[in-house]
Amino acid sequence: MPGSDGFHHLDVILYAVLPYIAMFVFFLMTIYRYRTQSFSYSSLSSQFLENDKHFWSTVPFHYGILFVLLGHVVAFLVPRAILAWNGSPLRLMILEVTAMAAGLLTLVGLVSLIVRRLVVPRVRRVTTPADTLLYALLLFQVVTGLTVAYHHTWGSSWFATTLSPYLWSLVKLNPDISYVVPMPLFVKLHILGNWALILIFPFTRLVHVLVIPNAYLFRKTQVVRWNYPRREIRRPPGTERAS
Amino acid sequence: MDVRSQISMVFHLDKCIGCHTCSIACKNVWTDRKGTEYMWWNNVETKPGTGFPTKWEDQREYRGGWELDEDGNLRLKSTSRARIVPNIFHNPHMPSMDDYYEPWTYKYEDLFNAPEGDDQPTAIPISKVTGNPMSIEAGPNWDDDLGGSPVYAANDPNLEGLTPQEREQLFAIERLVFFYFPRICNHCLNPSCVASCPSGALYKRGEDGIVLIDQKVCRAWRSCVAACPYKKTYFNWQTGKSEKCILCFPRLETGQAPACFHSCVGRIRYLGVMLYDAERIEEVAKLPPEQMIEAQRDMLLDPNDPDVIRQARANGVHDSVIEAAQRSPVYQFVKLWKIALPPHIEWRTLPMLFYVPPLLPVMSRREGETIASTTDSFFHPVEQARAPMSYLASLLGGGNTGHVTYALRKQMAVRLYRRSRTVGDVDEAVLADVLREADTTEAECEAIYRLTALCTFDERFVIPPAHREEAIEMMKEPHEHRQSAGFGFLAGPRRGS
Repeated sequence: MPGSDGFHHLDVILYAVLPYIAMFVFFLMTIYRYRTQSFSYSSLSSQFLENDKHFWSTVPFHYGILFVLLGHVVAFLVPRAILAWNGSPLRLMILEVTAMAAGLLTLVGLVSLIVRRLVVPRVRRVTTPADTLLYALLLFQVVTGLTVAYHHTWGSSWFATTLSPYLWSLVKLNPDISYVVPMPLFVKLHILGNWALILIFPFTRLVHVLVIPNAYLFRKTQVVRWNYPRREIRRPPGTERAS
Repeated sequence: MDVRSQISMVFHLDKCIGCHTCSIACKNVWTDRKGTEYMWWNNVETKPGTGFPTKWEDQREYRGGWELDEDGNLRLKSTSRARIVPNIFHNPHMPSMDDYYEPWTYKYEDLFNAPEGDDQPTAIPISKVTGNPMSIEAGPNWDDDLGGSPVYAANDPNLEGLTPQEREQLFAIERLVFFYFPRICNHCLNPSCVASCPSGALYKRGEDGIVLIDQKVCRAWRSCVAACPYKKTYFNWQTGKSEKCILCFPRLETGQAPACFHSCVGRIRYLGVMLYDAERIEEVAKLPPEQMIEAQRDMLLDPNDPDVIRQARANGVHDSVIEAAQRSPVYQFVKLWKIALPPHIEWRTLPMLFYVPPLLPVMSRREGETIASTTDSFFHPVEQARAPMSYLASLLGGGNTGHVTYALRKQMAVRLYRRSRTVGDVDEAVLADVLREADTTEAECEAIYRLTALCTFDERFVIPPAHREEAIEMMKEPHEHRQSAGFGFLAGPRRGS
């Protein structure tokens, strides 16, 4: 049933309303969880329970998905730069092949992680329903992403001209779904999977992405915590307060 | 000079009977929760032996502690700042549960529910992780008392520096020797666990030097487990947080000795305050291993020196803490008498738990059908002790036999001195010679004897007042926190959200 602006109500809900709900829940709940349940912010590593398969699954998965995510973010932030890079067929080819390789690396890593969860009893024991949902959604997202990349090639270029404007329209609080509605099915599924992931993000172990320890590279080597300002608290009475 | 205070410990190995009471006291108070079953914040090992986790002293495999880089600067052996970035997803030096053991219980209900039959019902072991039946292949004291075993003791990493003859004598049946080595967190001055934590969750408490893990900041990056060369930080597989010995700080703050100290049957444990110069930590940690024991002793300050007292006061150390430092039994063992030594100081973490090496004298050997004394005198030279000096030196002397021999010789002199006083069959001239050789005096022997043999509770544990008015956690009832995630929480720990 088309609405007054010519779009189907369902499309409006999925591509113009859902993103705002997802982002609202994301920001509200990650902050709320950090402030009230900081104990639960953990990567929940299972390396201690199983050490060998861990290497061959988590390392390709993380490197793969970091590269793929970086590509998406760059295409969203500076679409013109991507288009300029893709101006030469050779450079376009290099970008596409690299992105595809990273996507496949992610898939291999993710499937290995899922298999590891299933076949190692110790790791299966610490798998929660939230983990299962997360793995299912991540697999859905990686598979739809790779399907899009395979069937609708040169995604780096058409992402920059269609999906970047859609995302920016959301940022500007003036959602324009005219770019999205005519998209092929798998592109739409990939977009929906993205909003679903953002929606469940605060309720899963994904929160560890938000607490990656950047400060470590710059902090002092040793950490000492004092219960009180030690020199100040026992300042002899009548002496000047140190500034 | 930056004077700070540190709660420090001495374990007297000659008095340890290997009863594991300390381990059980700790387990019952702190690690009886899900995910911590395999943790032994306090454990007692048989030496020579492989220990817990298996072969923890082999740093070529575990990569714990510090090393010096090309420019002579301290660098973590496992994952330093630069190396943590590519390794954060999978820590290459992280031990797995199999290096410790898989915790288990028994299916006791089978004993009651088995149908009547000709054979006795048995309770099969089941894993405390998966709940599945399992075959037990390792445990927290798997090589307990197997000192001469070619299967376990022969794999002790400390044996590497020994000559073939020394090794042979260590495993010869007449000289077979073992002693117990109780271990807790050393609460080091230069802790590699703290330095390795990407989140900054680990910290050293300024007031008393206790090293703790902030459970609300730990994100399970696992670096501390790999970086601690003593393997005294443990990963809780259930909550996804690391945990370690907290030196029972809720007990210390209420004036009680830590559970393992309090329960020690052999009364081997001493606890007291040490004042030290924090400015010298880096300099001492960079020295060649053979100089480190001397240098660490040197950075521990004399609490009776007026200049030290003045600087300590200026630095905010309370008078009551300085007073406790003056009565510290640790100060006497480590600094005055020089008979307590740090374990594996060559790993450069500057441990603040010191061990009095065990004497292990040879008393007799078989000669045909008779048993004969191996030496002419009852008190023989320490070089004839059953454990080779080089073995003890690898464990406690930073590879330097001098410190170990010195400590043992002095202990032997104390025994001779006591014999002369109680039995009276020692020639005074011989005694004077022995005392001079051992660099000691009758007064010192008497003091060592009293603190070793007659020590009361209050002499062994000199705990400074906690100063409730300044502490954060003081208003909490310690026992409310059993089964919770740690001190400071009341909710039980859950995995993830």
